[in-house]
Amino acid sequence: MINFTFDGKSYQAQDGDTLAAALLRNGVGLIGRSFKYHRPRGIMTAGVEEPNALVTVGEGGRTEPNTRATDVFVYEGLVAKSQNRWPSLSFDLGAVLGLAAPVFSAGFYYKTFFGSAKRWMFYEYFIRKAAGLGNAPMEADPDHYSQRGAFCDVLVVGAGPAGLAAALEAAEAGKRVILVEQDQILGASLIRDPQERDADWIDATANRIRAAGGRILTRTTASGYWEHDLVTLTQRIAEPGQVPPNGIAQRLWHVRAGEVILATGSIERPMAFANNDRPGVMLSQAVRTYVRRFGVAPGKRIVIATNNDDAYETARALTEAGAQIVAILDTRPAPYGTECGFPVHNDAMPISAGCGRHSLKSVSAQVGNQVKNWDADLLAVSGGFTPVVHLHMQAGGTLDWNEAAQAFVPAASRQNVRTIGGAVDPVPALMLPPAGAPKKSFVDFQNDVTLADVDLAWAEGYRSVEHLKRYTTLGMATDQGKLSNMAALGRIAEKQGVTIPDAGLTTFRPPYTPVTMGVLAGVAAKDGGAHARRIALHDVHAAKNPIWQPLGYWFRPRAYPQNGETLAEAALREARMVRTGVGMTDVSTLAKFEVSGPDAAAFLEIICATTVSKLAVGRGRYTFMLREDGFVFDDGTVWRLGENRYLLTSSTGGADRMATNISYVRQYLCPKMRVSAVNVQEHYAGIAIAGPKAKATLAKLIGEEPPRHMSTIPATIADIPVLVLAASYSGERAFEVYVEGSAAAAVWAKCEAEVTAQSGCLYGLEAMEFLRIEKGHLVVGGEIDGRLTPHDLALDKMLNKAGGFLGASGLSRPALSETGRHQLVGVEAIEGIIPEGSMLITAEGDTPQGHVTASAFRIVEGGSIALAQLRDGFSRDGEELIATSPTRGQKARVRVVKPHFYDVSGEAYRD
Amino acid sequence: MMQITCPHCGPRAQAEFVYERTVDSVVPLDTAPEDAMKTLFARTNPRGPDDEIWRHTFGCRAWMIITRHRVTNEIGAVRAVGPEALP
Repeated sequence: MINFTFDGKSYQAQDGDTLAAALLRNGVGLIGRSFKYHRPRGIMTAGVEEPNALVTVGEGGRTEPNTRATDVFVYEGLVAKSQNRWPSLSFDLGAVLGLAAPVFSAGFYYKTFFGSAKRWMFYEYFIRKAAGLGNAPMEADPDHYSQRGAFCDVLVVGAGPAGLAAALEAAEAGKRVILVEQDQILGASLIRDPQERDADWIDATANRIRAAGGRILTRTTASGYWEHDLVTLTQRIAEPGQVPPNGIAQRLWHVRAGEVILATGSIERPMAFANNDRPGVMLSQAVRTYVRRFGVAPGKRIVIATNNDDAYETARALTEAGAQIVAILDTRPAPYGTECGFPVHNDAMPISAGCGRHSLKSVSAQVGNQVKNWDADLLAVSGGFTPVVHLHMQAGGTLDWNEAAQAFVPAASRQNVRTIGGAVDPVPALMLPPAGAPKKSFVDFQNDVTLADVDLAWAEGYRSVEHLKRYTTLGMATDQGKLSNMAALGRIAEKQGVTIPDAGLTTFRPPYTPVTMGVLAGVAAKDGGAHARRIALHDVHAAKNPIWQPLGYWFRPRAYPQNGETLAEAALREARMVRTGVGMTDVSTLAKFEVSGPDAAAFLEIICATTVSKLAVGRGRYTFMLREDGFVFDDGTVWRLGENRYLLTSSTGGADRMATNISYVRQYLCPKMRVSAVNVQEHYAGIAIAGPKAKATLAKLIGEEPPRHMSTIPATIADIPVLVLAASYSGERAFEVYVEGSAAAAVWAKCEAEVTAQSGCLYGLEAMEFLRIEKGHLVVGGEIDGRLTPHDLALDKMLNKAGGFLGASGLSRPALSETGRHQLVGVEAIEGIIPEGSMLITAEGDTPQGHVTASAFRIVEGGSIALAQLRDGFSRDGEELIATSPTRGQKARVRVVKPHFYDVSGEAYRD
Repeated sequence: MMQITCPHCGPRAQAEFVYERTVDSVVPLDTAPEDAMKTLFARTNPRGPDDEIWRHTFGCRAWMIITRHRVTNEIGAVRAVGPEALP
């Protein structure tokens, strides 16, 4: 015996029970309230297609809402709750809404909520309370989800008689086989109809499949069929809400199959009649499953309504279990069913179920020209069978219409998939137009869509089934129309006066059944989203306990606070030290490419929009790169290290993009060039030393005269070979020292000792930002945002006059030279502090004239300054504007100035 | 997820590859400005097979041209490009 609770009450289940079976075993027939009208609902099916018996299972972060009670196996301690009811399931205040059913007809939302957003906000509160399914948990999911790839020759979906036989044949023919079954046990239809095979056939077949090397996965659903015979499987290792044995709740499989065999069977259809949604109305095969698989008879006095032969087997099963068959209503004329020994009525269809408060009392039916009534506590219905063609259709297949069964069956497919078993050979059935009251005859139980709603949508002009679906919500939510689509199609076809195949079908999209988001994320959830990548000097910085900042894939120190400094205080102290003494910082993450070969300069003059070939050996220059449409997308420096050898640097964040760009030119545009371009971004660590005392500091470190500005020399520090580039991002005399990552810590230690000896300090990204803004240097992602041309950024004088670079054609478009373009300017505050990211507006108007790209303070003198993009900014020098940030509630009066606030003539670079 | 047969590595999952652009959107360096913009922005977008440039980014990193049907994702041919594919 297994203990579980439903709505706080304790019950006992038997081993192998689904929650639905266990509830029926305990005489619980009322499971939930419906979506819109709060009608009482029970259990209708015994499978994943269940539209009514939706429950919330589990507690805390393991809570799973909208779980089909038919698709969760009871485990010790299972906690289930009913949904969409208040204050309790048996007395639900929302059920009064059911009395107002006409109000909630098709298109209710579209028709009701006109007018202002305010009115919607008012209604929304009540609608959210009244309508809906279960509530998502607020806590984080404590469990893990795994993902796995697999290959096989044959993937068989569905372990019924056809699937088991196909898997056995393939496995014994030496093929690699995977057989998946969404149920906990194998057999599918054989579980309810064991008489179809020998008693031990299922076990024997499974054993032979495994012995031949086949893999059998139970509780595993083939949820999606993708391109090139890739099928995703979702495997439940723990049941919903259950504490998983090894911490892993579910596994997602990506299976690439040589061939896919679908043995997915079919799903029984309900019938449309008044109150066909009430507890006590069940599908015929489901009733048979409860009787034969679980040993539970869901009723004692039973009426069966059918349009096919299959339901007679349900009558036999119920009789074996001691229940009484009061009547079998068969839509088909005599002699169907006449020799079975049950009270059969031909030409008969149910028109209404008579209900007590929460259970069935009677059934009335149209029999020929008469209306007849029976007392009954269970109505088992079989409206024919809908083959499960979902995966076939996801694979891009087509369907044929099987007239005898009134069903779509799989036809051609463009992928290597075929369907076998009941899905290609459904039971013949005679579907007749429904006879009950349309307003109480439900088509889609989960979404509370009635025949009357379908009729209304039709009357309002909705002709396409795709429109019908969106207007009425028919076929949505957890069951995705598994029970409802054919009934709705039948009604639409009847209205149109066409056959069902001519009425069309909605698209079958993955997943076949609901999939937990966690299993799609897999290990990428929580901290597993990306691999942790560390710069060579990470541990050296960590020892100093800096404030970190993510940059590209890495982390770099944002500031090194001392004695309880705030970020801003530390950054300002560090920046002042660079302006007045010397500072050092880690610049390892910059993108770096080593370009060599006889055509290296010509190659770089395609990548870069500036000249490169004029550089003397040992010299470097600033450069920038354009997209093909002529806009600047990155910048950096290029250095000539040898006759045919160059080093190109560019932004950290744009490194992958730049690598792709370089590779595209090298591999695709210019494959004949004699050049090699190697990405050395993580190979070299970089240390920048900047400030008025930087030259003296470096001279001590390398023991020779440091290179002059924009020159490079090889040198050694602590006997380790380094490359010294004299380049400045801060506006001070500065050097970048590059060293192989493995030796970086020793070089850093030596540099830090010397900087400290010069009374200098370390500085982080925040100080670097202050320094570069004051100097007016650009940053990719800020000023270089992909929308400005070289001219807009005042870089046009550096363009390679000879052209030939990427983006030269795009840049020559006339529109890029017209007035009205945003241009790079500086702004300084007259009053207030310039908010980061603020808009620039004039005192008169509220039309944005531009925006602030980076805001900072004058490092030594103080005062708020910023870089900005401003419409026609070059010609607005001296103009007063307002920098406003409505989201921050801050504004400042500013004056437009040149984008250089420090050492305009470049005096600081010269020795 | 498609399966793409890399000319160097064999059949691999699409997740290892990155789509770059269609072949008809390649702008040779000596293209006149008007033609360059047409090539970049006015492409054919056929409902059928098209030649696309892909890169085996999480594999051998080579570039290739893939003929892919834009509706069915059927892959007709995969051709290596780059210096190693030159005659």
